Formats: sequence, C-alpha cells, structure tokens
Amino acid sequence: MTNRSLVSINDLSTDELVQVLDLAERFEQNPAQRVLDGKIVATLFFEPSTRTRLSFESAVNRLGGRVIGFSEASSSSVSKGESLKDTILTVANYSDLIVMRHPIEGSARWAAEVSPVPIVNAGDGANQHPTQTMLDLYSIRKTQGTLNNQKIVMVGDLKYGRTVHSLLLAMSRFNASFVFISPKELQMPVEFKLFLQEKGLKYEEHTELAENIKDADIVYMTRVQRERFSDPMEYERVKNAYVLRRHMLEGTKANMRVLHPLPRVNEIHVDVDDSPKAYYFQQAKNGVYARMAIMTTILGLTDKVK
Amino acid sequence: MKDDKKHLSVSAIQNGTVIDHIPAQNLFKVISILGLDNISNQITFGSNFGSAKMGKKAIVKIADKYFERDEINRIAIVAPNAKLNIIKDYEVVEKMVVEVPDSIKGIVRCMNPKCITNVEGIDTRFDVVDKADVTLKCCYCEKITDSDHMDFV
Repeated sequence: MTNRSLVSINDLSTDELVQVLDLAERFEQNPAQRVLDGKIVATLFFEPSTRTRLSFESAVNRLGGRVIGFSEASSSSVSKGESLKDTILTVANYSDLIVMRHPIEGSARWAAEVSPVPIVNAGDGANQHPTQTMLDLYSIRKTQGTLNNQKIVMVGDLKYGRTVHSLLLAMSRFNASFVFISPKELQMPVEFKLFLQEKGLKYEEHTELAENIKDADIVYMTRVQRERFSDPMEYERVKNAYVLRRHMLEGTKANMRVLHPLPRVNEIHVDVDDSPKAYYFQQAKNGVYARMAIMTTILGLTDKVK
Repeated sequence: MKDDKKHLSVSAIQNGTVIDHIPAQNLFKVISILGLDNISNQITFGSNFGSAKMGKKAIVKIADKYFERDEINRIAIVAPNAKLNIIKDYEVVEKMVVEVPDSIKGIVRCMNPKCITNVEGIDTRFDVVDKADVTLKCCYCEKITDSDHMDFV
C-alpha cells in the first residue's frame, strides 16, 4: 500500500486491512512515536467536517508531522473558481500526503489519479469514507476480539448512510450476519442485499428496534435525518422509534457494544452513555490510531514504528 | 425495376467496411462514436430496414476505411449485435462481430449528477459490470449507469 492512495475500502486486500489494524493496535499501545517527523500532511476540507479533520490532525501531530490545509472551500482558491485538479497539483508541491474531504462523488478517485502524492479520502459526498470504516473495524475487533462471525445490527438511515454501506462491504469479508432496522423509507438499498445473497451471508430486515438487538454483537446506530423524508408526517411518526435507550440494553449479550459514527443527535439517549456497552466515544478515539496507521503505511514508514 | 431500387438503397462499395445490424434508433450514435461525422470518406447509410431478429435495423457503409478492434468495440454499448464486413474489391474478405469491452472510456456520461465527471467535465471511465445488459459502473463515483439511462458525451 506504500505510496498508494486510499480512496475506497475496496482498495485494500483483506491482508492489508488486517495489517493496518495491527499497526493501529501498536499505536494505541504506544501513541507517542515521531514516525512522521519531517513530513507535511495537507488536510483539504472542501466542506466542513470538524470531527474528521481534528481526528486526522491529531493523528499527524501525534506522529510528529506537520499539518497545512483549509477547513472549508470558501477559505481556499476554490472560491475563485480553481479546478480540483489545479488545487491538488499545487498542494502536492507543498506536502507529502493529502487528506481530502470533498462534497462531490468520485472527487477522491480523480484527485488520486492526478496527484503525484498519495491521497487519503476523508469522504467524497455520499460515496466513500474508508478511514471511518477502518476505525469501525478496529473498534469491532478490539471489543469482540475478532472480526469473524459477528452479528451486526444496523439501525437508522440505512438508505443514505455511507458508513453502514462501507461497513457492510468490509464485514462481508469476515462472515458477518446482519440485521437491518430502519423505517420503510430508509431501508438498506437492494444492491447491498443482493450482494449479501450472492456471498451467502444472512440478513434480516425489521422496523422495530428494541426486540431485535438481543443477540447482537454490535449495534451500529446512525442518525435519522428529517431532510431524508419526502413526507414530513412520516418523519414525525418514526423519529422516536429509532432512539436507543438504556432499558433496551437489558437482556442483550454481555459482549455487545453500541457504535455510532457521531455526531449523535438524539438517536442514542444520554442514559446509554454510562452503560459499559456504550462504545461510541472510544470508537472516535480509535479513529486517531486507525488514521495514524493508515498514513504511516501509505508513506512507507511502518519500519520506524516501535 | 423494383429489385433495382432495393439494390440502390444500399449500394455496394469497392473497398471499406460495412456495419450491419445496428439498432435503427442508435444509428446516429454509432456514427458519432466512430467519428464518421468528421471524416472525408464516402459514407452511405440506411435506416429502418426490416430485420427478422431485431425489428428495425440500420446499416452503414464506409468506403476506404478499416477499423481497429478497440475502435469498433466502442460501439458495443449502442449496437451490441453489430456485424462488420470488411470489403476488398467488392468481396467480403473478413467478418467481425463487436465485443462488449471490460471497460469504457468516454462515450457515455455518468448518470449521477453529483459525480465529479459531470461537475468538472473530465473524461468518464466505467467498468462494464454486466455485458449482456450493458450495465456500467463509474470508476469515480462508483454508481451504476444502466442502458435505460445512457446518455452520450
């Protein structure tokens, strides 16, 4: 993966994926390693995503690298009408690696094609966000001890949620089974269900939350957004049906953990936060280790990791 | 007399290529994909001929022009059953069929309006995920463009 861009989780073989997770684990054990000493990472955020940007910048800083970049398009030359290609070719002169977030789908692949330095996709519209998937995988492996044979319950907006789609594709490599819980309007798209059928993996579909999480290993919550509904009445009807509450965790498996890509609004009630099964804030912390591992691997510096 | 007219409507060429079994509605797409609208060779084409297999078909004859395999496969997305006769001195010396390629560059627009290829006007690139139905997956936004929604560059 050295010097290669990371645009989509499918760019990584299963072996490479596991190697990155192993490296992330070493960073968690020993986070203060100046592996990126003397390197410059550019974080180009053509749309704001404070959480993702801070996570990347934290990862670079922990590794002793330097960060340049912008946090929204209006503060860059894009607002003057510069093409993405020109921006990338220019910034590539100033940096060893470019982390890019862009609202247009496919922009990361295009950037990777024109850029002389590797690109890490930090989200291209509704398309891909591979480092989110890596930290989700890391969190699953860390809490369950393995990635194999997990029962993953996905809740909320399964139609537009790119994180659940990528996670589904990644976990399908490890014999996972799935339970999809969503309002009818936001069901998992057919193409993903067909994909699971072709791979011979099991899935169920439900609209009811509480009764379908009892045998889950992972409950992956996502936000149900008002603007996704064509009928506002429908939103009003379902908005409280997909809120996870503390009492629902009774009777769930001891190893079960609740994940959420964050930001949360109200889909996980704050009374869940104190539960030992709530894992979403640690999950965000794992994002830093996962990103440290990804950047170190891409820059070919894994030998320097202690 | 009647036979003569029938014959005249698609007159023979001495040297060149005859492309037959083009779906009538895609004739002009074939012409544009092969760039026949920008060459100086003599071209004869006819459309809406009856065909037992495909309803209405079209045919194009290009004098003194031979195509490379790659070039001809580009029309596969609009004329997957097209057949080519290579003509030398009024004789058919070779027959070719088009093959749907594994990937396609240009020609087709990605149907996702939020795709970078539509926003920055860069050349499209697709993997052909279903050759029978000609279903394309964009190499950039990874969305599917199917034959019902195909728009040409």
